[in-house]
Amino acid sequence: MSRTLTLHVGYALILLLGALFVGLLAALAYLFPDLGAQLPFVQLRPMHVSAALFWIITGATAGVLHYKREVFAQPREPFAERAFVLLWVATTVSVFIFYAFRRFGGREYWEFPPLLGIPIALAWILLLVSYLRSWTRRPRPAPLYVWMWTTGVVFFMLTFLEQNLYHIPWFRQSFLREITVQWKSNGAMVGAWNQMIYGTALYLMVRISGDEGIARGRKVFLFWFLGLSNLMFNWGHHIYNAPTAGWIRHVAYGISMAEWIFFLDIIRGFKAKLAEKRKYDHLLTYRFLVASELWVFLNLVLALFMSIPAVNRYTHGTHITVAHAMGTTIGINTMILLGSFSWLLRMDQQGDRVVRQARLGARMALIGLPMLWFSLIAAGVLKGYRSVALGMTDHQELMEPVDQVLLVFLAGGVVVLAGLGTIAITYLGVLLRGARSRGIS
Amino acid sequence: MFALYTVLVYKGPDHVGTEPPDARVLAGMQQWQEQNCQSCHQFYGLGGYMGPDLTNVTARRSEQLIRTFIRYGTGRMPAHDLTETEIDELVVFLRWVNASGSSQVPDSAVHWTGTYILER
Repeated sequence: MSRTLTLHVGYALILLLGALFVGLLAALAYLFPDLGAQLPFVQLRPMHVSAALFWIITGATAGVLHYKREVFAQPREPFAERAFVLLWVATTVSVFIFYAFRRFGGREYWEFPPLLGIPIALAWILLLVSYLRSWTRRPRPAPLYVWMWTTGVVFFMLTFLEQNLYHIPWFRQSFLREITVQWKSNGAMVGAWNQMIYGTALYLMVRISGDEGIARGRKVFLFWFLGLSNLMFNWGHHIYNAPTAGWIRHVAYGISMAEWIFFLDIIRGFKAKLAEKRKYDHLLTYRFLVASELWVFLNLVLALFMSIPAVNRYTHGTHITVAHAMGTTIGINTMILLGSFSWLLRMDQQGDRVVRQARLGARMALIGLPMLWFSLIAAGVLKGYRSVALGMTDHQELMEPVDQVLLVFLAGGVVVLAGLGTIAITYLGVLLRGARSRGIS
Repeated sequence: MFALYTVLVYKGPDHVGTEPPDARVLAGMQQWQEQNCQSCHQFYGLGGYMGPDLTNVTARRSEQLIRTFIRYGTGRMPAHDLTETEIDELVVFLRWVNASGSSQVPDSAVHWTGTYILER
């Protein structure tokens, strides 16, 4: 493992630890506002959100850049990729420094001063240029994971630029345009990093099974095309209740319903999956990938219901949205990234104690995550019922029973922190020992 | 196709015909972002859930009450050390947001197909 990849993976794991720890503090600040002076929610929330977001993007790019070099048979690490990692790390660290000094100025999920968007864009341009230059070395015809990585890298750039269009005055001439463009870009950006991460999951499944066929063929490309359509068009559920043009809502609703095809395919492939599980279950990477598939299923069910406007009316603006976000970021993205890092660090070749420790962490995380997820859904159902069906408008009165349910969420958060924290620390230990043995300090 | 769709999405809200923001509204929007209000509050259900959705707060609460909330805070909301002009700008911005529409979808807007038909 090169010096750059060591930094890339190590920094991603530190971000994961930071997201977990600050997330717990933010949950405490939310539930016990009397602690406001010691735990200011207004600072902790953006720190948690940015750390989680950067963990996913950093982890996704670490996988894409490393595996791409294997697939494209690139013997050397291009300079632009090293420059990307350094600029990315320096800029995202600066974001937390700004938060620590209460310097905001951005918008939801990207709440840091907008000037920091410039080095982020520059870093991504370095990554994009390097990636596209090496693309000429791709195997032909290219397997699906290469297409997924490519669309992810390109769409991230497009959506990041779109997210910053609000600096052009015309985009602020209408509040509905402002909010529509903001959520179009945010929604599609999630799709962009999902493409990078799912591409990595597919690549790892090919490596584990030795069957290149699962990344080729008409059916897998058809499913990818459906996923890509969702990336581009299904973000509309974020703004169903905003009175913008009705067709935006109808298109998003229609495209989202195509996800039933994924749902039915998961059910259909369940038996084959069980046989596959018996074959590869001894591999840590495989276990993480299977865990992510379970969460794909659960989140798909939730997403399908949230995408029906008549149901969204009750779920929008409630903790059900948070359940979906956490189910996706922890249950799917984090599980795949931990599987990817397990592969990179050759975890299955480490000593018994290390593997046992990582497995224990995975078990704890898979106990804590359902607690977190179902409590958020219960809180969301309560809030939706009280605000829409009962028409309650007093926020304090509305939230009273909801906050009680969120105590279970807090307990789930502690277990998830313990589980994922154990894995991250175990991985960091392996990474540092490996770096020391190769003389990297 | 995606490029055409994107242009149409950008033009989509044009039919609503709200007033474009003046300098005070834009200054209020800037305050909203610099104070990181979205960490706790939502517009059209988007944002943090610590506090209430503020899309139509100027229609529900008096301006005096809103100004008091901003200046002194409440149980969960911290006090904000802002000048009178900055508070004015925030209130003007909230009024502009309120004019863009209602964040609550009425029962009558739900169509049998499961979608909404929203009319302004």
